[in-house]
Amino acid sequence: MEKSLTRYIWNHTRRQQIYILIVVLVSMVPYFLSFDLPKRIVNGPIQGNGFGEPGARQMFGAISLPIPGYGSVRLFDGIDLTRMEMLYALSLVFLFLVVVNGLFKLYINTFKGRLGERLLRRIRYQLIDRILRFPPSQFKRMKGSEVSSMVKDEVEPLGGFTGDAFVQPVMLGGQALTALAFIVLQNVWLGAIAAFMVGIQAVIIPRMRRRLLVLGRERQITARELAGRVGEIVEGIGTIHAYDTSNYERADIAHRLGRIFKIRYDLYQWKFMVKFINNFLAQLTPFLFYCIGGYLALKGDLDIGQLVAVISAYKDLPGPLKELIDWDQTRQDVQVKFVQVVEQFEAENMIDPSLQALPAPVAAAGMAAAGLAGVAAATTAGVHQASPAEVKVSASPEEEAEAMRESVGPLAAVNLTLSDDSGARLVERVSVQIDPGETVAIIGAAAGGGDALAEAFARLIWPESGRVTLGGKDILELPESVVGRRLTYASSDSFFFYGSLRDNLLYGLKHAPLTEASYEGSLMLHRKWEINEAKLAGNPHHDINSDWIDYSAAGASRPEDLFASILTVLDAVQLSKDILDLALRTTIDPQTRPELAERIVEMRSALTGELEEAGLNGLVVPFEPGAYNIEATVGENLLFGTAVGPRMMPQALAKNTYFRSVIDQSGLDRILFDMGYQIAENAVELFSDLPPDHPFFQQLTFMSADDIPLYQGLMQKLRGGNGFERANETERGQMIRLSFQYIEPRHRFGLLTRELMDKIIEVRQAFHENMPEDMREEIERYDPERYLASATLMDNVLFGRISNKHADGQKRIRSIVSSLLNTMGLLEQVLDIGLDFNVGAGGKRLTIVQRQKLNLARAMIRRSDFYIFNRPLPGLDHRLQDEILRDVMKLVRGSGEHQAIVWVLSNTSLATLFERVLVFDRGLLVEDGHHEDLARKNGVFKQLVAS
Amino acid sequence: MLLKDEVQMLRRVPLFSGVEPGKLKLLAFTSDRVSYGVGDTLFHQGDIGDAAYVVLDGTADILVESPTGPIKVAEVERNSIVGEIAILCDVSRTATVKATTGVEALRIRKDHFLKLLSDFPEITIQIMRVLADRLSHTTSELTEARSRVRQLE
Repeated sequence: MEKSLTRYIWNHTRRQQIYILIVVLVSMVPYFLSFDLPKRIVNGPIQGNGFGEPGARQMFGAISLPIPGYGSVRLFDGIDLTRMEMLYALSLVFLFLVVVNGLFKLYINTFKGRLGERLLRRIRYQLIDRILRFPPSQFKRMKGSEVSSMVKDEVEPLGGFTGDAFVQPVMLGGQALTALAFIVLQNVWLGAIAAFMVGIQAVIIPRMRRRLLVLGRERQITARELAGRVGEIVEGIGTIHAYDTSNYERADIAHRLGRIFKIRYDLYQWKFMVKFINNFLAQLTPFLFYCIGGYLALKGDLDIGQLVAVISAYKDLPGPLKELIDWDQTRQDVQVKFVQVVEQFEAENMIDPSLQALPAPVAAAGMAAAGLAGVAAATTAGVHQASPAEVKVSASPEEEAEAMRESVGPLAAVNLTLSDDSGARLVERVSVQIDPGETVAIIGAAAGGGDALAEAFARLIWPESGRVTLGGKDILELPESVVGRRLTYASSDSFFFYGSLRDNLLYGLKHAPLTEASYEGSLMLHRKWEINEAKLAGNPHHDINSDWIDYSAAGASRPEDLFASILTVLDAVQLSKDILDLALRTTIDPQTRPELAERIVEMRSALTGELEEAGLNGLVVPFEPGAYNIEATVGENLLFGTAVGPRMMPQALAKNTYFRSVIDQSGLDRILFDMGYQIAENAVELFSDLPPDHPFFQQLTFMSADDIPLYQGLMQKLRGGNGFERANETERGQMIRLSFQYIEPRHRFGLLTRELMDKIIEVRQAFHENMPEDMREEIERYDPERYLASATLMDNVLFGRISNKHADGQKRIRSIVSSLLNTMGLLEQVLDIGLDFNVGAGGKRLTIVQRQKLNLARAMIRRSDFYIFNRPLPGLDHRLQDEILRDVMKLVRGSGEHQAIVWVLSNTSLATLFERVLVFDRGLLVEDGHHEDLARKNGVFKQLVAS
Repeated sequence: MLLKDEVQMLRRVPLFSGVEPGKLKLLAFTSDRVSYGVGDTLFHQGDIGDAAYVVLDGTADILVESPTGPIKVAEVERNSIVGEIAILCDVSRTATVKATTGVEALRIRKDHFLKLLSDFPEITIQIMRVLADRLSHTTSELTEARSRVRQLE
């Protein structure tokens, strides 16, 4: 990128700048005409110059062309008008000029604005393009939020300046020079004084502003650092809380803000000081005119008329001059900003753009359209050039898939030496070749060098000396479209983008827009506009709405087949269960998926059958309209539905007058009160002498530790029979509340009798039957034949409660449900819902284990020649690691002949599963061979395995 | 089964014989009653240990994975505790436990179990006794195995 902003702007907007300059010059004609006109109106028709006698007429709009040495040629004689007519005619011309001037202004400002915005887009794109081409080492020194503040905020003023970069100095300079020349014409000496003062202003003010630039640069850097620190606080919030350093961070931020304030305040002080001096110098000139000119006039050396003319001519000079100086200030300011930003985006060893280019030559022709013709012409021209065919990748997907079937040749490290940032050697002169189809385990101590070699294969570390080659060619010189598809790398250090699980899983398949999205009508026009604008700003115009997923790379021939590939991979890394769980925990809108909702309802009876067959009858206790559900709470049994509106929520229910009236009328309040009393008695007996932070309180679902003293007091007061009568309204509520949470098989206090259950069902029915109309919408009643929109998918399948009696009830039911979904052909739809799960920023809504599995799945779904796994699953226990490794190997083996695996193992004992083992020790490749041979050798391998 | 019946049952477990009934009721309340069918696994070798089990009824095998397949190393009997090692030492499960008959057990979660040990020294002593018992058992088996190996050599 150019170091000078002016040069950068000139290089990219040359034609537009010249064009707009011409437009501005043309616009000057009506502008100056409109200056002259008022005088003519006043002098002519109003004051009556030339209309001396009544009925006098004048010619309007006569045009004559003066030709030097000949006289003048009359081109148009004009129209003969009376005084009144003349007034109207001239006024109308004035109105016309006002409109023309306004339109010119509108056009020029819009054009300049657009020019600036395009350039801003270009700069931003180029900066981000550079980030994508930085060598990996660059990122160790960058803070993401600082970079984003540079791209977003710091280049912003550059756009505003672009339109004025050349037009403004020319215009203002011209105006100032004209005014100066006018003064000189009136009187040479006074003109010389004015020129001298202008010279002083032009020299002193920019000098004084240098300090402003220094301060401006400081302000920019401190603000950027602040952005970096804010980003750090957000990302490191866990660490900050863990070590109680929030006040340290506060102090740091306050300190920074203080510095920024100081810089800004200094800046203001200087700015206004400079302004003061500037104004003073501008006012000094008239002072000299009055003083010296007046002296000369009094002495008779100067004509008074001349002096007055000079003074009146001078009033046109300070305006343009001041604006010119301001313009220069802005120029220097944005220049500094530009340099500051561009410097940060300079790096050695940038990746060559050609290595990242899409295989097809992307149309560069659009550039030419951005010429002088500007507005309308460019729009139509650009559209023609951007016919969709040109955007497509030249090789068809079939050809590419064909090429991918062929092996690319061995992956090799040749005399490879790697070092870290401090210069310490990670790997020292290692030469090793991995052939297609091999399975290779890399083992060694943590800093042995195996992981560094894997990172070098993935281009995360660039060699200090030696090379990594693929099929005999240096991987740093091969296009990324080859290396990035032939090699697949996964480590424990995973990154996920904000979006759905599916987006992240398929991320590794999105190399190029394969199928163009088709547009119609206004969308088509919009797309054409998008392409054209992208070209004008030097941006690529690949369509983000195209289908970017390379289905063939995932082993699917059509989009519909992709799911099979996804499922195989998810099974291999044991993530499908997690995703199914995610899906089963979501609530879906039955309106959007009516078919699924219907099938889920059907599944309820199928599940009952399935459970019966497996001899697990009691595992799920279903909700039946006429029966008490023993595994649900008393409250749930009463309500028999899920609350949708606020008045039915558990907290509000006790205050719900209708609900209370139903309970009171049935006499259930007295029974539930007694029940609550007994629960309180039991709870107090069990927990009263435990400290409030005791872990046992987790088990006490209906009370918190703080409630114990309250209930102790209540029981003392209400002891000895007739408690219900003696209790006041709140106390009754407090007791009844306890009973609502009670589940007999779980709490086992023996409080629920047959009669009570029947009574509850009776009250339930009364509650639902007589419910006021407006309340019916706030509760979704349990109905075995209907999908519950407010409940999760799992709750809809079970339509009941899992029994507490069975060990691992949850787990078992989940496996039964998942196999049932499979046999009913619903698994795909349900997993699809799970894949919609948003993983959050950086995948943080997933657990660490899920993230590692997803990371591995994302790698596995791509078909490539070499899979490099660098301790991808450190968070998993050994048994899972073992199982997943076996499945992954089976999957890779099954996908083709020449697929090779390189796996850096954290669990050395798994090395026996690989054909070849590389043993690293202190950066050296010490052993290489089959594990059995190595075991016999009594070397490092044997020690590692033994430990 | 009601809480008070469970307390009666727990009193018969040697481990809890020294604990007063009130505390046993608390223990019963805070732990989960679980039942297993024949062949069900209580936990797998290599899993992360999150609970200990008191077998109230039935028997189970303790199996250890080996290159030649699982080897049965011991049997869990009625009224004994199993799975406490993974909790005490914070290691993954050292063996798999599989029910050989229907098993009724009390599942005590890790944090509850540790709290129990610090609150009730009687239980701690009992646990120590169980562990020491096992150690002496293992030592004698090891001695036997070693002498057998020596004879073979």
